[in-house]
Amino acid sequence: MNFAYYPGCSARGSSKDYEMSTQAVCKALDMNLVDIPDWNCCGSTPAHAVDTELSAALCVRNLDIAAQQQAELLLTPCPSCLSNLKLASKRMEDPAFRQRVDELLDGPSAKAFPPVTSVMQGIAEAYDMETIAARVRKSLKGLRLAAYYGCLMSRPAEVMNFGDPENPTLMESMLAACGAEMVDFPLKTACCGASFGIPERVMTARNSGRILDLATQLGVDAVIVACPLCQMNLDLRQEQASKEMGTAFRLPVLYFTQMMGIAFGLDHKELGLNKLRVSPDGLIRKLDELRRNSAAADKAAEGGRS
Amino acid sequence: MRIGVFVCHCGSNIGGTVDCAKVAEIARTYPDVVYADDPMYTCAEPGQAAIEAAIHEHKLDGVVVASCSPRMHEPTFRRTVERAGLNRYMLEMANIREHVSWIGRDKEANTNKSAELVLLAVEKLRNNRPLLAKSFDVNKRVLVIGGGVAGIQAALDCADGGVPVVLVERDATIGGKMAKLDKTFPTVDCSACILGPKMVDVAQHSNITLYAYSEVEDISGYVGNFTVKIRKRSTYVDWSLCTGCGACTEKCPSKKTPDAFNELISNTTAITIAFPQAIPKKAVINAEHCRQFIKGKCGVCAKICPTGAIKYDMEDEIITEEVGSIVAATGYDLMDWTVYQEYGGGAYPDVITSLQYERMLNASGPTAGHIKRPSDGKEPKNIVFVQCVGSRDKSIGRPYCSGFCCMYTAKQAILTKDHIPDSQSYVFYMDIRAAGKMYDEFTRRTMEEYGTEYIRGRVSQIYPDGQGQLVVMGVDTLMGQAIEVKADLVVLAVGIEASKGAPQLAEKLRISYDSYGFFMESHVKLKPVETNTAGVYLAGVCQGTKDIPASVAQGSAAAAKVLALFAKDKLESDPQIAQVDMRRCVNCGKCIQCCPFGAIKEVEIRGEGKAQVIETVCQGCGLCTATCPQGAIQLSHATDNQILAEVNALCQL
Repeated sequence: MNFAYYPGCSARGSSKDYEMSTQAVCKALDMNLVDIPDWNCCGSTPAHAVDTELSAALCVRNLDIAAQQQAELLLTPCPSCLSNLKLASKRMEDPAFRQRVDELLDGPSAKAFPPVTSVMQGIAEAYDMETIAARVRKSLKGLRLAAYYGCLMSRPAEVMNFGDPENPTLMESMLAACGAEMVDFPLKTACCGASFGIPERVMTARNSGRILDLATQLGVDAVIVACPLCQMNLDLRQEQASKEMGTAFRLPVLYFTQMMGIAFGLDHKELGLNKLRVSPDGLIRKLDELRRNSAAADKAAEGGRS
Repeated sequence: MRIGVFVCHCGSNIGGTVDCAKVAEIARTYPDVVYADDPMYTCAEPGQAAIEAAIHEHKLDGVVVASCSPRMHEPTFRRTVERAGLNRYMLEMANIREHVSWIGRDKEANTNKSAELVLLAVEKLRNNRPLLAKSFDVNKRVLVIGGGVAGIQAALDCADGGVPVVLVERDATIGGKMAKLDKTFPTVDCSACILGPKMVDVAQHSNITLYAYSEVEDISGYVGNFTVKIRKRSTYVDWSLCTGCGACTEKCPSKKTPDAFNELISNTTAITIAFPQAIPKKAVINAEHCRQFIKGKCGVCAKICPTGAIKYDMEDEIITEEVGSIVAATGYDLMDWTVYQEYGGGAYPDVITSLQYERMLNASGPTAGHIKRPSDGKEPKNIVFVQCVGSRDKSIGRPYCSGFCCMYTAKQAILTKDHIPDSQSYVFYMDIRAAGKMYDEFTRRTMEEYGTEYIRGRVSQIYPDGQGQLVVMGVDTLMGQAIEVKADLVVLAVGIEASKGAPQLAEKLRISYDSYGFFMESHVKLKPVETNTAGVYLAGVCQGTKDIPASVAQGSAAAAKVLALFAKDKLESDPQIAQVDMRRCVNCGKCIQCCPFGAIKEVEIRGEGKAQVIETVCQGCGLCTATCPQGAIQLSHATDNQILAEVNALCQL
């Protein structure tokens, strides 16, 4: 199955591991992600913070390409790209806004754009949880995980269409299908500090620290994310967060696609696990041990029967 | 015919956008109009006197008043023409305020339209005939629906006024929400101590018949003569034998029955008496949790009961009562606060409602008046109160203020300090609404004498920190910064909505209700107790949010309305009802089928079947007149001839 795909800039830079694991997991599920040709940056936070129309123009150029490709659906892994693309698409319903954006683009854009959705929702729309569970080769049974969505994925609710904006549950369903025990994580939609890591480092450290602190209190083995910026703040800046909170966090922060890839038994190199700042080695070892123990227990049980 | 026309300026309300003098001038050219004037305020005393004088001076036999909606002043002007000796139905009104001046700015167009509406009224009036009301007997008994403090007050006042009262209460005991409260603001009086005697008065009053654990099933009839069907739900205990000794509740083995009276923070037995001061103090079996009903065997209560009152085979009973008036006092319920997922949506045991907290503070509550965290039973030290949860929040479709939460939150903060002197309370608020007598002084005491921290701002999230406490994240809008409070217990001041089933009851009562289920009064300012259905009155929160003194006041006000109604031995029927022309009626029976009030019956006249309208039952809705294939039924004061006269006038313009 082919899907039109908008990777976004971070996929080719800071979140290469998200991109690698997304490609690997989708391939394992027989979903072929095809980049839309000649795509450009969505404008990210700086563009929409400065000018709504310029930001929309950047997004609309991509949407227009997807429309020309006659894509029925456009997938993107990054919540920030998704938010920009969806908002631009919605704003284009206003004829005056459309006219101004078309002027910026030196010509009329397509009358209708294909709907855009996250890779996570794309997978969930294509496959039910039983199908995902059936693809599991290495169950995550015994792992305690916290799903962290960040602030963007579910908000604004009427645009993002991602269930209850305060309590989304899709990631939990998918990882539970892979065997993991998902804790109720109350800060799942709290803000990590986002791009304020540069101008307001302390604030970001505090916000991310709060999330890491609660996850540690809940005794999880890892925090699972779906956003490149969240991942960066919680993983790359984990030391800064530790300093701010006066503690020393040691919590692996994986993309949901990396965790699913592990469960699917995919090659760890393919999933970019070596690119994580906080090493997931302990997590992998624990999983292997859990699996050895459960295999031994199964064998013992079999022995007992015969 | 000699008709007088009065075109009212209503100050600038009409005069501002309608040339009233011009309308009067045009009216003088209409057929049969012998007099027209344009007074400034027609409804004022000089205005009415001018109509009376004109009737005498110009020998008028019909009057048209062009002014506001007839809903506003038709009764006023009917009395005016009646004082001058005319029949009250020889008056017509043209609504040139709501239908003209308030909705259009073009003075010329408004003036033309007003003149046309006056013409319609004149043509209708030319076909009017004097109508005479008939009188009928009033059944001087009243039904009060709901046994909360408002209903209790209405019932007691009516009963003291000599009127027999039928009081219907849905729960097993009267007392309503007030019976659940520990203390009342602003005096910190014990709620049960001040309500208890009133409840006992209800039980002992010879004029009050109490049906507890019962609901109104059906209401028919009209003011003065309502017939009410009441469903007495099965309690599985014969209350004529039950002495309220409580032996059954001590021995019942089903001890995990959710306790509704204690707002579900504790369990009770399957057979219960709600609380020590319950009225009636009788036991009720909750069949959903009773082993006898679930497993088919147990029978412990039947064995233990000294009077043999347990009846497992008891069934619901339908009782019919005849009354002349009804007071609705059905109160309120809390809105479903679990829509707030950011507050845990009900998943965290130590996030509770203020009504649950009230039960906890209450000495006869599940914790015997000790404040304990539901999760671990520990005494909390830091307590956070969150106001406006489900009030003044458009994002969840609750734009209105629940009215009394600011006050009971202040009270609960004071009580918390009294119970746990080394505790610290925090209150997140939007605005303090303390507009009652001694109310603002009370909230200030909470802050100044009891050291409660008031934080002006909303709470964005509540979550457990994993170490046994709750983190309350919010904003302090006075300091302009985000704030975080660690709490052992969080109490939500949950907004209110109309009692469950209120809209269904409103349909039975044929009264209006708003989108939150609150019953609509007849006029927001001037008729806050009446409804648009004659003989049906409102008391308490069922009409809109109010605190205890306001509910009691409205209970008494509703009783005053009932007593005023019953001061007359006979009521006048509205003559605007359907009438059958016997010569035209072919007895097809279609009118009998379509009448929603059962107001038409078949009678035999000279050996022939004919339809006949029961005058006291007919509501004048006109369905039968539209249905009759022979045109044999005419609605008085809206006959085919009268309506066609208006249509003709309009078409010939």
